[in-house]
Amino acid sequence: MARLVLLRIFSIATVILGLNYLAWRWVFSLNWHAWWIAVPLVVAETYSLIDVCLFGLTMWNARTRPAPPDAQAGLTVDVFITTYNEPVGLVVETARAAKGIRYPHTTWILDDGARVEMQDAAADLGVGYIKRSANWKNRPLHAKAGNLNNALMATDGEFLLILDADQVPRPEILDRTLGYFDDPKIALVQTPQIFGNVAPGDPLGGQAPLFYGPIQQGKDGWNSAFFCGSNAILRREALMQLGISRYVSELERAIQTALRGADRVLNQARRTTGARDPQVRLALAEVSRAIDQTRNELAAGASLGRATYQLQQHLSALSREMVANDIHLLKMDLEAIGEMRIDTDESWDVLIDVDQTVTALASRDLSPLGAIESVRVLLRSLDVDRDHEAQPLMPLATISVTEDMATSMRLHALGWRSAYHHELLAVGLAPEDLSAMFQQRLRWGQGTIQVLLKENPLVQPRLSIAQRLMYFATMWSYLGGFAAIVYFASPVVFLCFGILPVHTTAGAFFTRFVPFIIANQLLFYVAGRGISTWRGQQYSLALFPIWIRSITTAVENVVFRRPLGFVVTPKTRQGGTNQWKLIRPQLAVGIVLLVAACVGIIRLVMGFGQPLGTAVNLFWVVVDLAILSVVIPAVRYQGYQVEEVSA
Amino acid sequence: MEIKVEDMGAGVAVLRLDGKLNMVSAALFRDAVNSSVSEGLTRLSIDLKGVDFIDSSGLGALISGLKATRMAGGDLRIAAPTTQVQLVLQLTNMDRVLMAYEDAETAFAHG
Repeated sequence: MARLVLLRIFSIATVILGLNYLAWRWVFSLNWHAWWIAVPLVVAETYSLIDVCLFGLTMWNARTRPAPPDAQAGLTVDVFITTYNEPVGLVVETARAAKGIRYPHTTWILDDGARVEMQDAAADLGVGYIKRSANWKNRPLHAKAGNLNNALMATDGEFLLILDADQVPRPEILDRTLGYFDDPKIALVQTPQIFGNVAPGDPLGGQAPLFYGPIQQGKDGWNSAFFCGSNAILRREALMQLGISRYVSELERAIQTALRGADRVLNQARRTTGARDPQVRLALAEVSRAIDQTRNELAAGASLGRATYQLQQHLSALSREMVANDIHLLKMDLEAIGEMRIDTDESWDVLIDVDQTVTALASRDLSPLGAIESVRVLLRSLDVDRDHEAQPLMPLATISVTEDMATSMRLHALGWRSAYHHELLAVGLAPEDLSAMFQQRLRWGQGTIQVLLKENPLVQPRLSIAQRLMYFATMWSYLGGFAAIVYFASPVVFLCFGILPVHTTAGAFFTRFVPFIIANQLLFYVAGRGISTWRGQQYSLALFPIWIRSITTAVENVVFRRPLGFVVTPKTRQGGTNQWKLIRPQLAVGIVLLVAACVGIIRLVMGFGQPLGTAVNLFWVVVDLAILSVVIPAVRYQGYQVEEVSA
Repeated sequence: MEIKVEDMGAGVAVLRLDGKLNMVSAALFRDAVNSSVSEGLTRLSIDLKGVDFIDSSGLGALISGLKATRMAGGDLRIAAPTTQVQLVLQLTNMDRVLMAYEDAETAFAHG
């Protein structure tokens, strides 16, 4: 309780002092003569203040939940272990622990790699094995979301515990969490992700003590604790409701779009060279009439199911008529050939069953109506089976490579509640080298930005304002790469060229900046319960090239539909690649900062530099270098060695 | 659909088809057959290697081509059909009328 009061005091203090500082920066201290660095700097500072305000809002309600009620007996639970390419031994270890969970349940390995060895290992262990059904062939796979959606259709437990291949659960994980579901509105219980293979000092920043703790608790306080892909329990009913409501709304939208675009498609088809054929013209006219009729039926209030059924019936009758006509002509040709009797052919009465032939050739796949590709696509989209997807219901969101965040946002928008349970109930494996860690962070960034671009939380009408801000806060934090570049650039600009982006006296600057930064650091200190958040703060700036790349690739993906190149985070040390190459941007920035520091000192000694400005900017260079230095031990890190525990 | 006609001499021609043989392209195929026949190329070998789809109109066009060449005293043979085309030929028993040759160049090699 005292902690919450402190959190609120420091939140308010940080926001007020921050606004005081930033208002002064915008209104009184912008050096317009050097606008090209002054404006980016003040924008970067504004970005950071918004980030801090969102953090303050998160901390406003950061409480530890009381223990949940005991788990009721008799609930049915499926435990899903998702794997793609992790070593079989690693998955087996997780599956064995999952099998050992005390509360009655069924364990399943969801193998997206469809490996025979994995299947055999599952059978030996006596756990279920699920791979993609045949329906997924030649259709979008949707990565992990697809894997889970596939398994949802093959199982029936009321609750689902989702585990990544490396997350070894403790036996009590279900006993400790199922009680939350006594509240019929709870759809999700997320527990922390903590990693057992992290060396002292956490060189790769694998643990996220601020996120799996105060931040998730704060979000939970606003009913926005979100799904993080693993170590979470979900209510099947909620997922199914989500799948069904999305199915209906997406179907409605797809059919309306197709009907709106139908005239354009048909007109274009009429202008193709193929449409000079009278048979094709006739067919297009018939299709056009059928679609008009569908529009009228829908306008008169017919259901989508009925209207599309009538349309498909109409189309198959038309198709049959056309095929029958072709076969009739073909039969006459065959008879004419037979009458010529110029060879020794046995018999020409090959068309034994005309009806059967017509039926076979009028099937959906062979229909002559498919002759014009655009028309074929149009007609296929005017149906309720969503033939372009492997299954009509996709409860786990497929709009992003971080399906977890997108899914929980949609659940919240449907009125479901979530809970964050702060207790270590599974131990996982963090990436063990820099390139694996970079891939993981890149994927998180890409997925988060995909959700921001496709389903911006700020404009989701059914989320509360606080929920919108809680989802937005996480997305906002991924934009920090651009601010980092400005923060690195501004001391360089001063030290090398003597250009100060801030137009001020020392006193005016310090009286506004120092109180803000102190309040801010106190807020972090209280929020983190004294645990060090320095590693996290370092990485949030030092990984700037990754954050920027995640944004550019996600924008290209969403706007220009270029593939992201989905990567699964390797759970075992990769080695091989030259890790130093990966940190070239950080090394380059470090060298530029060092050179700038030397230049600044020389300028000062030679009498051009202002003493105070030089001192302040040298201080920032030291801070920047301390932040960037995190990548050096990371690149030298040789992976987790068991001896380090006993040492 | 693209059709290339190659005169092999002795009244034999190879027609190489590329694309879908369906309602839209059937007329094109009929025209190609008729103009070949009128030029005296009455023994036509149809290379179906590049045809990944055929429907009832396409099938009708093949048979009408067979009729046209036979009436001119020649023949029409098909070669190298893809899986989908083979399937449709079997489905309609047309494989008994149009036996598939392995290779378009040699369909008329033995008379």
